[in-house]
Amino acid sequence: MSATIASAAQPRPRPRQSIFRNHIVRAVISIATFIVLWEVGSRLKLPWVGDVPPPTVVLKALVPLLTDQGYWYSWYQSSRRVFTGFLAAMLIGIPFGLAMATSRIFRDITFPVFEILRPIPPLAWVPAAIIFWPTQELSIGFVIFLGAIFTIMLNVIGGARSIDLRFFQAARSMGSSNWDIFRRIVLPGVLPSIIVGCEVGIGITWNVVVAAEMISGGGGAIQSSAGGGLGFFIWSSYIGGSYPLIVVGMISIGIAGYISSSIIRRLGLLVTPWVRVR
Amino acid sequence: MNAPAATGAAAPEQHATKGAIRIQNVDKVYYAREGRVQAVSDCSLDIRAGEICMIVGPSGCGKTTLLNAIAGFHDITGGAIYLDGQMLCGPDKPKAEPGPDRVVVFQNGALFPWKTNLENVAFGPVVQGRMTKKEAAEKARGMMADAGLVGVEHNYPGEVSSGMRRRVEIVRALMNDPKVLLLDEPFGALDSLTKSVMHEALLEIYYRNKVTIFFITHDLEEAIFLGHRVAIMTTRPCKPKKILDVDIPHPRKYNVLTSPRFRSLMEETVSAVHEEAVKAFEAGEKEM
Amino acid sequence: MANGKQVASGGEIGAWDMVLYRVSKWLRSPTPYMMFVGFALFFGAWFLLSEVFKVWRFASLPGPREVLIEWFNPDPVYGLSLYSPDYYVHVWSSLRRVLYAFVISTCLGVPFGLFLGWSKNFREFTFPVFETLRPIPVLAWVPLAIVMFRADETPVIFLTTLASFYATALNTMLGVQSIDESYPRAAACLGASKWQIFRHIVIPGALPFIFTGLQISVGVAWFSLVAAEMVSGEYGLGYVINTSYVNVQYPVILIGMISVGIVGYASSALVRLAGDYMMQWRVRELALGGGR
Repeated sequence: MSATIASAAQPRPRPRQSIFRNHIVRAVISIATFIVLWEVGSRLKLPWVGDVPPPTVVLKALVPLLTDQGYWYSWYQSSRRVFTGFLAAMLIGIPFGLAMATSRIFRDITFPVFEILRPIPPLAWVPAAIIFWPTQELSIGFVIFLGAIFTIMLNVIGGARSIDLRFFQAARSMGSSNWDIFRRIVLPGVLPSIIVGCEVGIGITWNVVVAAEMISGGGGAIQSSAGGGLGFFIWSSYIGGSYPLIVVGMISIGIAGYISSSIIRRLGLLVTPWVRVR
Repeated sequence: MNAPAATGAAAPEQHATKGAIRIQNVDKVYYAREGRVQAVSDCSLDIRAGEICMIVGPSGCGKTTLLNAIAGFHDITGGAIYLDGQMLCGPDKPKAEPGPDRVVVFQNGALFPWKTNLENVAFGPVVQGRMTKKEAAEKARGMMADAGLVGVEHNYPGEVSSGMRRRVEIVRALMNDPKVLLLDEPFGALDSLTKSVMHEALLEIYYRNKVTIFFITHDLEEAIFLGHRVAIMTTRPCKPKKILDVDIPHPRKYNVLTSPRFRSLMEETVSAVHEEAVKAFEAGEKEM
Repeated sequence: MANGKQVASGGEIGAWDMVLYRVSKWLRSPTPYMMFVGFALFFGAWFLLSEVFKVWRFASLPGPREVLIEWFNPDPVYGLSLYSPDYYVHVWSSLRRVLYAFVISTCLGVPFGLFLGWSKNFREFTFPVFETLRPIPVLAWVPLAIVMFRADETPVIFLTTLASFYATALNTMLGVQSIDESYPRAAACLGASKWQIFRHIVIPGALPFIFTGLQISVGVAWFSLVAAEMVSGEYGLGYVINTSYVNVQYPVILIGMISVGIVGYASSALVRLAGDYMMQWRVRELALGGGR
């Protein structure tokens, strides 16, 4: 059966899509559903969810905090720790990683030691760090430093290795010196991987900061109360029985973490404008 | 000798053997980052059942879009495509269903790397439920032997040479008794020595299974050597510019390349191809 | 017509021969000797600084000799060594938790990730919630987990599972998205239904990324586990590290750290080996210098 012959070429108009197919609308629906389920589950005292304060209560607890100086100071303290620890990790990790990537001998000497230290979770270092470092801040800083540095170094090495050999060959054939090659081929070539390493590293850093702050407030290694920060805030809310504040703290850290990842991503795009976003 | 492209309802239908394709006033518009792109515009082409139809054109001109439309990988925005009189896609049905009657051999190869060559070749009939695994393996072994692929049945595609991979992929397609074989620059990545061997291999396979072959290439020599007809397409938007009847008799051997008839066919068409290539170059076409 | 014998087929070069060849090549390069130098420098420096010269704060740190003596001590001063059964109780405690968490997170994370990658609808409805919860550091969940799950073991396993789940699901999704679109198209041409494409193309195609995700997931599991144990556990290596600090049994801290490192590394290596076994095709391809 021949179908009727199509009319002369006329592009068909695009059919109007249902609004429920728009991905932003769907995102809103899904998050809204999640919040509703949370509220209902909490109010109905369902197992597990029932013990979590419902979102409305959490919101009520959040409002007075927004004007509380202590709350924002906690933000500052955690952010400061994240920032300084991460910066230290970058300042040492990137050159170290580059050295490992460029010098075979250096890598052969240092990589095995690196590999046996890496599986030890950063938080396992906390007591050793306290014994060693004179102040608590330095101990926390050291642990944060460790948390980030392994990831950063791994990414630097991986990034350097993946630079296409032909770039080196092209540069050599145009008469570049070793230093030129390093500056103009290796560094820019490694940059995207460094950025990725930093994005992952900052997530680890927040984890470590939060944990260190909780440990300093809670039972265990560090006993002094001079810790502060959002992790400490969560822990002391727990100890003090103000459960809604726990959730407030969690959300706060989530937001802070998201902001720091975004900053890194933005900076990354600035520094590597040639990388095409997938 | 040029045959005018068939248009409109006047031309009589080809019922006889399987695999006649009619492309009728096909349009394809898509929206990319740069805005609205007209890949194919009012393109009409008749492909006869059982013939090798070569599609030649500059990179990025829309030939692959045409192939994808026939295969059913995306829709068309105007016109219709028929296979043996049945509508594949058209005004009420903008996208065809992919199926084993029109199997594609891909430009960069799409043998499943995690299956052995034999498993790849036997994949079609098994997955369609037409044969058991054993039966399919038997037939696959036979067809692979016919194509000169002995001893690599249990290797993974990553372990054999690219020429061999192409042959395996072609055999995989043929296992399904397709009406049409859609080849998208299958030999583009091969060196010209391997290519010449592959050409003869393809022809041998063709003589044994008379499927319709829709073959996209940008190599004019390859097109004239293999094809019954060569359709030279304009640069984007794609449309047949000139259709060449290659009246060199089959079966063909490689010495045909130096025959005077071959050379005169090249002469006739090389300027048309070159003209489009220059236009494409100036328009800064990137490979789509 | 060319025949197919140019590349060694399946059984000609055995796996064992490859291993021997690689080992002998390694021994002939400077690498193992440099490695020795590295270890010597590291342990030597540690030893000299903390036990011999007792420089600055290093004096309070236990040195490698102290730690090793205690670790291998049949009658350990602080009660924990390779000879004491308590040691293995703690190791097994931690290992068991990681095992539970890993199994649960894999069983949940892999299918979830596969669907996220495969179905646009599913992804657009589910991924936003996933992404909103993900920035919250897993360890920030500790107090809430204790509130929610009251029992002793459950919060620890919950936290570890959560961390692993994120890693597994994300990487699985990326794996599905990384599959070249020619493969599902080819399968469709060959007559495969949507589910057959899922089974024959999507799952094997995503496998490399899935295993990368699983390796990361194991690492992340240990990370979260140790932290959780330090805060809220009984038994386990994190607990050991914490309490030995409190009880001023410093060499045990180091023993705990080293043990975690070893077990963590071994579990990661196991996952990698499992991956290599399941993806024979990839191992062979890479060994021959890459496919296409």
